[in-house]
Amino acid sequence: MTFGQGLLVAVLAVPALGAVAVAATPRDRAARLVGTVAAALTLLVAVPLVFGGRGWAAWSADAPAVRPWHQLDLPWVPGLELRFHLGVDGISWPLVVLTALLTLLCCAYTMWRVPDGGSGRALVALLLVVEVGILGTFLALDLVLFFLFFEVVLLPMYAIIAGWGGADRRRAARKFALYTLFGSVLLLVGVYVVVAAAGTADLMTLTGGAGMSRGTQLAAFTLLALAFAVKSPLWPLHSWLPDAHTQAPTVGSVVLAGVLLKMGTYGLIRVAVGVAPEGARWAAPVLGVLAVAAILIGSLVCLAQSDVKRLIAYSSVGHMGFVLLGVATLTATGIQAALIGNVAHGVITGLLFFLAGAVKDRTGTGTLAELSGLRETAPRLAGLLAFAAIASLGLPGLAGFWGEAFAVIAAVQVGGPLWTTLGVLAAVGGALTAAYFLRLLRQVTHNRPSPAVGQVGPGLAGAELTAWVPLVLLALAIGLAPTLVLGVAEAPVDALIGVVKP
Amino acid sequence: MNVVQSVDSVALLPAYLAAGTAVLVLITDLLVARPRATIAVAALGALGTAVGSALVGAGAERRTFCVGADCSWIFGGRAALVAVVVALLTVGVLGLSVPALRAGRSPVGEYAFLLACSMTGGVVLGAAGDLITLIVALETLTLPLYVLVGLRRGSLASAEAAVTFFVVSVVATTLTLLGAALLYAVTGGLHLDRLGALLAEQPELRNLPLTTAAVAVLLVGLAFKVAAVPFHAWAPATYDGAPLPVAAYLSTASKLGGLVALLAVVQRALPAEQTGPVLALLAVLTMTVGNLVALRQRRTVRLLAWSSVAQAGYILAPLGALALAAGRTDEARSAAYAAAMAYAVFFVVLELAAFAGVTALRPAGADGGTLDDLRGAARRHPWRAAAFGLALVGLAGLPPGLAGLFAKVTVVRALLDGGAAWLALVVALNAVIGLAYYLRVTAALWAPATTPGPAAALAGGGAPGVPVVGVVAVVLAVATVAAVVLGVAPQLVLDLAAR
Repeated sequence: MTFGQGLLVAVLAVPALGAVAVAATPRDRAARLVGTVAAALTLLVAVPLVFGGRGWAAWSADAPAVRPWHQLDLPWVPGLELRFHLGVDGISWPLVVLTALLTLLCCAYTMWRVPDGGSGRALVALLLVVEVGILGTFLALDLVLFFLFFEVVLLPMYAIIAGWGGADRRRAARKFALYTLFGSVLLLVGVYVVVAAAGTADLMTLTGGAGMSRGTQLAAFTLLALAFAVKSPLWPLHSWLPDAHTQAPTVGSVVLAGVLLKMGTYGLIRVAVGVAPEGARWAAPVLGVLAVAAILIGSLVCLAQSDVKRLIAYSSVGHMGFVLLGVATLTATGIQAALIGNVAHGVITGLLFFLAGAVKDRTGTGTLAELSGLRETAPRLAGLLAFAAIASLGLPGLAGFWGEAFAVIAAVQVGGPLWTTLGVLAAVGGALTAAYFLRLLRQVTHNRPSPAVGQVGPGLAGAELTAWVPLVLLALAIGLAPTLVLGVAEAPVDALIGVVKP
Repeated sequence: MNVVQSVDSVALLPAYLAAGTAVLVLITDLLVARPRATIAVAALGALGTAVGSALVGAGAERRTFCVGADCSWIFGGRAALVAVVVALLTVGVLGLSVPALRAGRSPVGEYAFLLACSMTGGVVLGAAGDLITLIVALETLTLPLYVLVGLRRGSLASAEAAVTFFVVSVVATTLTLLGAALLYAVTGGLHLDRLGALLAEQPELRNLPLTTAAVAVLLVGLAFKVAAVPFHAWAPATYDGAPLPVAAYLSTASKLGGLVALLAVVQRALPAEQTGPVLALLAVLTMTVGNLVALRQRRTVRLLAWSSVAQAGYILAPLGALALAAGRTDEARSAAYAAAMAYAVFFVVLELAAFAGVTALRPAGADGGTLDDLRGAARRHPWRAAAFGLALVGLAGLPPGLAGLFAKVTVVRALLDGGAAWLALVVALNAVIGLAYYLRVTAALWAPATTPGPAAALAGGGAPGVPVVGVVAVVLAVATVAAVVLGVAPQLVLDLAAR
């Protein structure tokens, strides 16, 4: 086993063993500490995956369209075409690091504050299990394995919402579980449509279509895209998301918005588009229209929201619309925009949910009408909220800008009346995004303090700062140097476009 | 023609062992008359049967009672698998029965004897080579159950359940026999392989209305045994009235028996063009109705009963692929049979674990109770509740219940290989409905107990804890470990089912 393969295994094994260790540690605080250490170790082994393994630099003509830096391929269940095939490349690595980072921040945050409902030990263990599922999804290079990890996330996330959530948590959690399972059973059927037609589940072989007939590709793409559209979520399949986000505890919302949704967009790029390119070309206009509808509707709904967490949740629908628009263009620019939009949304929305959770914890309410004047009583919290909101609305120089701007540019570059219109409408949606975030800021931070805000002290806990500062720095770093993400993603995206657009 | 047949006693060893167990149990009960000894003999006998079946099955296929090329006893890979699984299920159910037997709810000797008899039917069933052996084996499996269902002393529900089960089952057997008789009238054969060959060679026989009627009647009769919709109405009432361990046996070994019988006639005797559409329809109805009705259940065992109706739908689903021409190629057919068998094995392991979980969480000798009785169980008994939860999640087909996930995957894969994408979608969507109620039970386990308030529940208050009988804990642990092992290495089952 090479060093890279060891890292791949470690990225999954460390959080998995960490979850077991957390469950086996009897004392609550010690258990949370063990979990945080495991999450930190996971981040430590996830980062070095970027080094080495550029052996594909030869770019030979017969090289596969997916060229992982490191890979590990072991047989598991030959009867079901399931192999334990892991690999990492420039498309998955940023998401892997983002997942490891957000989980670490969530675990660290839990050290300081455990939401009501259950023991902190169980919460940390579940967070680590969710991390295993998400990381596995990003690393899997076997379709069936991908599906397996996709499913792993479902129940732990359900338990996090149902166990530690708000007043209406059971209904929200059940809705989340059933919707998401609906998506993943379609994924299961889609995966085996592909496997039955191509005779293999290996993503490296399958990327580019593997000679599947047009009919199969259309069917497979429809099933896979529907599955990922539920997870992403794409309008009109998004209705689980606002409830789940509003009811989930802060750390649940952060993981949900920060990385769980990315499983959908990542799957769309790597699996749906990669495996059924003909289907993707066929469905691209529909996907584009739906994406722009999501942007516009998400923004308009946000303008009418009265709850902070719900507003941020709906803003995710709009942002994921930009990501999906980027994917739908099927151009290198568009997919790059989607990837950086994915990462930026994870960083910024993770931060927004942390801040919204902090506001809600302090004031006991999330209703906009009961919040105002936060900058009078808690200037630092208000400042951070303003920073995150502005980053999220896509101010140039911050992370949110690149994904949105380049998704629009990609749509316009594709040309033709349809895509130009879509580009223009998406740009209008971008302006609406600014409108509702500014409305949020005006409401929450300005004016005279409301009774609920009046009692808030100015201080921030050390744990809060520890959790937030990395995200603030990352939002700045990606905004100023987008090449952090785009640099590693360039080669794999070009390779992917090469087979999608022959 | 030589009248004296040579009999291969090695091939018959599993049947000897199973029947011997029953006799030995009866004698032990008469002579020793100590419940512990009786149960021990029954359990050891069943284990011996499992070992013997595995040893015989490990070798090449053995045939005996042959007339020409047609044999009434064919002990091959699948027969061995069925025999081993039935014998092990019997051991498990015996273990689950210990608390009820100790509480004096049922007479021990009779109980163990009847269970061993039923096991004998199950062991013979897999090896049956002709319709008469098949039906007699199926009846040997079922007949003791009429009594076992009604064996709870002083329970009216138990007696009612027994009568329901008896009446329905007798009608089903009559139908099956009628079907067999009609087939004999058409073809003059009763051996499964001979029937299959005759019907394949002579299309004019296949097209006779009488043949169609015979196939339909035979399938309907067997569909009663697996509790497929619309022949399912007996199952929930019977399960709920029966003692818990007997309900566990009904939903595992008895259901497996029905499936094996169905598989035998569909695979070897009947023309796929005629059985395919019927089975596809049965599968769709069974899983959909079972899941939808299970959503509304408040009693634990009724919920499990309806869920096992739905699971029967998943088991039948791969056979539904035979409805399409693409599903009738040799390769797709064998994949479908193997998938149905594999699903059944995954299912019985998880179902036994689920029933063991209910038994472990309920007072000794009690019935399944309502879902509210299980509320907050995880706070009092974290390990037992975790095992029960794992089984439920497995039945729903989700990680961490990987065995159940792979079971669903196997079915979907076989269907798509057979070109029956529509049926695969129905299976997939049904899995979503299924999750709704499995999740409700699982969530109830971890929910705070309602009446005494969350604080008391956290402190270990609420309903009093239930001491677990050691044997039940062992059965639960073994079934859970088996489910986990099959989840990590499903290839074991896939290989055995394909033999």
